[in-house]
Amino acid sequence: MTVNMTKGQAISLQKSDGGTLTSVRMGLGWQAAPRRGLFGSRTREIDLDASAVLFADKQPVDVVFFRHLVSDDGSVRHTGDNLVGGVGQGGDDEAILVDLQRVPVHIDQIVFTVNSFTGQTFQEVQNAFCRLVDETNGQELARYTLAGGGAFTAQIMAKVHRAGQGWAMTAIGTPANGRTFQDLMPAILPVL
Amino acid sequence: MTAELTRGQNHPLPGARLEIRVSAGTPVVAGATLGDEDGTVHGVAQVAHPGAPTLPGLEVSRQAAADHRLAVDLDAVPDAVHRVSVLLALPTGGRGPARFGAVAAPFVAVTGLDGAEVASYTITGLEAESAVVALELYRRQGAWKVRAVGQGYAGGLAELFADQQLPQAHQLAGSIHEAVASGLARSVPAPPAAAPAHRPDQGTAPRTGTGGSVPPASSPYDSQGAPGSGPGPQGPGAPGQHGAQQPYPGGPGEPATAGQPAAPGGDGPIDYSHPRRQTAAPPPPPPAAAPAEPGRPARPVAGDATGWSMEERLYNQVWGMFEDLARTTAAYRSAVDFADSRMEKELDQVLSDPRNRIGGQGDAAREAARARHGELVSQAREVLDRDVAQLVAEAEVVEPALPAAFARWDNPVWHAYRVPMEIPMALRLGDLHLPEADRIRIPMLIRLPLERGLWIDSGRSASLDGSFADSHEMRRLGLETAVAHAARLLAVYPPGEFTVHVIDPAGSGAQALAPLVHSGVLAAPPAQGAAGATEVLSRLTERVDLVQMALRGGAPDALPPGLDTSHQLLIVNDFPHGFDDRAVNQLRYLADEGPAVGVHLMMVADREESSGFGPLLDPLWRSLLRLTPVAEDHLADPWVGHAWTYEPPLVPPGSQVLQQVLAQVAAARRSWDR
Repeated sequence: MTVNMTKGQAISLQKSDGGTLTSVRMGLGWQAAPRRGLFGSRTREIDLDASAVLFADKQPVDVVFFRHLVSDDGSVRHTGDNLVGGVGQGGDDEAILVDLQRVPVHIDQIVFTVNSFTGQTFQEVQNAFCRLVDETNGQELARYTLAGGGAFTAQIMAKVHRAGQGWAMTAIGTPANGRTFQDLMPAILPVL
Repeated sequence: MTAELTRGQNHPLPGARLEIRVSAGTPVVAGATLGDEDGTVHGVAQVAHPGAPTLPGLEVSRQAAADHRLAVDLDAVPDAVHRVSVLLALPTGGRGPARFGAVAAPFVAVTGLDGAEVASYTITGLEAESAVVALELYRRQGAWKVRAVGQGYAGGLAELFADQQLPQAHQLAGSIHEAVASGLARSVPAPPAAAPAHRPDQGTAPRTGTGGSVPPASSPYDSQGAPGSGPGPQGPGAPGQHGAQQPYPGGPGEPATAGQPAAPGGDGPIDYSHPRRQTAAPPPPPPAAAPAEPGRPARPVAGDATGWSMEERLYNQVWGMFEDLARTTAAYRSAVDFADSRMEKELDQVLSDPRNRIGGQGDAAREAARARHGELVSQAREVLDRDVAQLVAEAEVVEPALPAAFARWDNPVWHAYRVPMEIPMALRLGDLHLPEADRIRIPMLIRLPLERGLWIDSGRSASLDGSFADSHEMRRLGLETAVAHAARLLAVYPPGEFTVHVIDPAGSGAQALAPLVHSGVLAAPPAQGAAGATEVLSRLTERVDLVQMALRGGAPDALPPGLDTSHQLLIVNDFPHGFDDRAVNQLRYLADEGPAVGVHLMMVADREESSGFGPLLDPLWRSLLRLTPVAEDHLADPWVGHAWTYEPPLVPPGSQVLQQVLAQVAAARRSWDR
C-alpha cells in the first residue's frame, strides 16, 4: 500500500509485519513541461539531479550525487545521472539505493534533494515525484509529489532518519535555489 | 485431487485411458499381467514385459529404468480380463541392488493423460523382495478401480508369476531378465556423473506426491504411446510403431536414467563422487548461494558473481570482495573518526564551561562523553565484525577454488600444475589486507597482459614488524620476489608465448636468479656488464620500434619473419649500477611504449640510489607499479583510497613448488621449440 505523503509528514519504515526494511530506493522522476506558443514542439531538456547527503549529528559526512555515485562506505548508491528526464513513462529517472543495514552506525539522517542543473525552475517541470520503494520486493512505500512547481530550482525532498532501532522517512518538500547540493546546504540544515 | 493410497486401499478411476508412472531410486523392470476374475493369468501371452512390451490396451517399457510410464487403455483390454496387475522387479545379474529393502521405496501413481494424478502409492515395507505387485486395476460392476497391493516376492518374478498361476513362470521370468539385459547392452552407457543434482531427489521427491520428477507432458511417449495403444491390432509379437522405442524409455525428458552413474552394463568410467554430496559449484551454470536460514546471511559460494566462465566469475568475485572490504572498512573508519571528533568537541565544551571546574560535574560530563564515544565505536566494530566474518567465510570457499594464476603458491593447485594453453585473464601479484580486518587476505589480481611494468622496490623500507632489513638483504629479497613474479608469469602463459630476459650487470643476483637460470626457462643467460645490458636493451627497443611501426602503419604482416612475437619480460636487477644515460633512456622508452606491444619491464631497484639521474627518472618510477619484497602498506584501492598492506607472493619456505613448476614450463618450452 502506498502512502501519499504531504509536506512534513513522517512515516515509519517498519514493515507491516514488524520486520525492518533492509534496502530502499529513492526514485526521482520528472518530465519537461510542454511549452506553449510558437515553436511549441521545441521542448527544452531539463536536467534534474538527485542527491543524498549523509549526516552524522547534523554534520555532513558524505554525499552521493552524479560525481560521487557511491558513498565511501558503499551503503548509498546513485544509479547514474539522467540529463533529460522521463519521456512520459512515469518511472524513476534517477534513483538512489540505500542499503540501510550497511549505513555506518554514526549516520543518523540521509537527506534527499533535487536540483535543476540546467537552471529551469520547477514551473517548467511536470509530474515530478519522489518515491520510496522497498528494494527487496519493489513495493512502493511512499510517494511525494512535487505539487505546484514554483519559481525555484531546487527542493529538499525527504529525509530518511534513524528512529529507535529502525528507520523512518519524513517528507520535507522545502523549496530552495541552487545548482548542486552544495548550494542547498544552508537550506538543509534547518530541516535536520 | 490425488488420493494417496495405503496398502489394500482402492480408488475409482475416472477414465479408461491412463498412465501409470513409476519412480524408483534405481532401475527396475516394469510389467503387467492380465488376469481373469480369479486373478489367474492364462499363459505367457497375457504378460506385458520388456521382452513383449505391448498387449491390447497396455504398453510397458522395454528397458529397466528408474522411471517408467506405462500406458493403459482399459477400453481396449479384452473383456475376459478382470484384473491388470502392475509389477516391478529388480533386474538380476547386474551390479544393482538385489532386494527392494536396499533401495528407496518405489512410488507409483495413476494419472490421466493430462498428467493429473488420480491416485498414488508408495510401496513401503519391502525387505528381501526382488519383485512386487505394485497396483492392481480391476473391474468392479462394470467400472475400473485401482487398488494398492504392494505384495512382494523374495523369489523374484518367477515366484510372482507362479502365484498368479502362470504355468511357465520360471521360463517367463528368465526371458524377461534376458530381455532386460539385452536392452541394457543396446543402450548408450550412462554418462558418469551426469546431472548429479537429480540424484538426491529420486527417493524423496516422488513420495510427496507432487511429482517432482514428472517428465513434461509433451514427451514423445505421450504423443504416440497411449492413444496408439487404443485400437490394439498389435499382438505381443508385433511391436509396430512402439517397437521403435527409444533406448531411454522416457526420452530426453527423463534425466533419471542418464543420471544413473552405476547403471549395470554401462562400461563407462566409475563415478567416484559421493552420491549425495555435490560440489558446491558446478562450472556451467552460475552457482547460486544456498538459501539462507532466516535471519542469517547466505552462505557464500565460490564463483558467485557474473561472468562467462568460472575464471571470470572468480575474478569478479574477488574484486567484489575487495570493494566490499574497502567500503565496509570505510564505514567503520568514518564512524570512529566521527566518534573521536564528537568526543573531542564535547570534552572541549566541558573544559570551556566554568561551571564545570568546581565539583564533580565536569568529571561526570567527561565520563558521559567517553561513554558515548565507546558506545558508537563498539557499534561500528560490531558491524565491521559482521561484515568481515561474512567476507572471511567467502574467502574460505573462494581461495581453494581459484585457478593457478589466481592462487597462492601454497595452494594445492600449483602442485597439480599443467602448462596452460591459454593466457589467463589475470594474475595474482600478491595479497592485500587492512589492519582492521587482519583475518582476511584479498588476492591482488591484475589483468593480463600487464598494462604497466613492475617495480620491485629493493629500497630500505620499514617493514611492518618493525625490523629494518639492511640494504643488501633488501636487494636479495627484491630479486627473489622478482623471480617469483617472473616464474608465475612464465607458468601461466602458454609455452612459447612469454619470454624472459634478465639484465644483471654486476652479476650480483646469480644466487636469486638460480631457479630461472637452472631450469632453463630463460631465453638467454642473464646479460652482464654494460655491453650485455646495452645489447639486450637495444634488441628490445628495436622490437618495440618495429612492432609499433607495423601497427601504426596498419601492416602487422610486414614484420620480419624472424621476429619473436611472444610477450617479453625484461628483469633489470641492480638498477642503476652499470647504466649510462643512453640505457636509461631506452628503459624509459620501454616502460612507456612497451606494454602496448607486449614488452614488459620489471625493475628491481632502489629509487634513492638512482637519484643521481635527477628528476629525469621520476616519470619512469611513476609509470611502474610499485611492489615491495616485504609487507608494506603502500597500495591504494580505487574506491576509497585506503592504504592496503601488500604482501608479496612468496613461495613457502622449503617448498619445491617453484622448481617443479619451472621444470614443467621448461619442458613444455623445449617441446614447443622443436
